[in-house]
Amino acid sequence: MMTEQLTVDRMSDTELVMTRVVDAPRELVWACHTRAEHLRRWWGRGNPLDVEIDFRVGGKYRYVEHAADGNAYAFRGEFLEIEAPSRLVQTFEFEGMPGHVATDSLVLTEENGRTTLTTTSRFTTKDDLDGMVSSGMADGAQRSYVALDALLRELSA
Amino acid sequence: MADRLSEVFAALADPTRRAILARLSEGEATVNELAKPFPVSLQAISKHLKVLERAGLIVRGRDAQWRPCRLDPEPLREVATFVEQYRRFWDERYATLDTYLRDLRDQSAPERETE
Repeated sequence: MMTEQLTVDRMSDTELVMTRVVDAPRELVWACHTRAEHLRRWWGRGNPLDVEIDFRVGGKYRYVEHAADGNAYAFRGEFLEIEAPSRLVQTFEFEGMPGHVATDSLVLTEENGRTTLTTTSRFTTKDDLDGMVSSGMADGAQRSYVALDALLRELSA
Repeated sequence: MADRLSEVFAALADPTRRAILARLSEGEATVNELAKPFPVSLQAISKHLKVLERAGLIVRGRDAQWRPCRLDPEPLREVATFVEQYRRFWDERYATLDTYLRDLRDQSAPERETE
C-alpha cells in the first residue's frame, strides 16, 4: 500500500496545521480517534498505550505511551466539542510540560472512501509553541519542518 | 535567552537569510557579493548576517576591511536531526493507523468459508 504524505504548516506564531490522508471511510477513522480499544492499537505508534477516556463534552482523557527506552510519556486533555463523525476539539497537554495546554481541532472529510485528517493545533503563546519544539515532543516542531523544508529546496535547486 | 535551536529556527524563518545560506553553500563570499542579488541595502544584508552569525550558521573573517562569510553547517545538522525525529514520530503514528484501519476493514469484509 502506498504511504500517504504527511504535510505540516506553521500558520502563525501560535497555530500549526497538519494534514494526512488515510484509506478508510471517516466513520471508521472517527472511531479510531474516540474509542479506547482502537486508540490502544495505533496512537502509541506500536508502543504499549494505556488509555483512560471519558468520551463526552467536558470528559477527560489520559494516554500513557510506554516507549522502548523504558520511559513512559503521558498526555492528557479534555473534550470540548464533539460532532460525530466530522469534528472533534480537545485540549492536549504533555505531562512532561504541565501547564502548556494546546487546543487541537480535528476535521475529517471523506471522498471516495478515503478520509482526509486535518488537525489544527492552537497554542496559548508563541513561547508555548516554541517550548514544544525545543522539548523535542511532537506538536510544535512544524515550525522547524517548514523552515528546513524551504531551505533544503533552495539548497538543492 | 533563547536556546540555540530556537535561534536557528528564527534565522531560517526568513527567505533572504535562506538565500544567503544557499549562496554560501557554494563557497565563501563578501558582504558585497552576498548583497548583489537582493534589492535591499547593504545595511539590511548586514543585519541578516548578524542574525545568521548569532545562530551559529555563518562564520565571518576577523579582518574588518575584508570579512568573507562562510557557512557553518553544524546547526543545520542539529535541526535536520531534530526534524527527522519529529517527522518519524508522526509518520509512525499514522503508519500504525494505516495498518490498523486495514486490519479493521479486512475483519469487517464478508467472511470466506475456510475448510
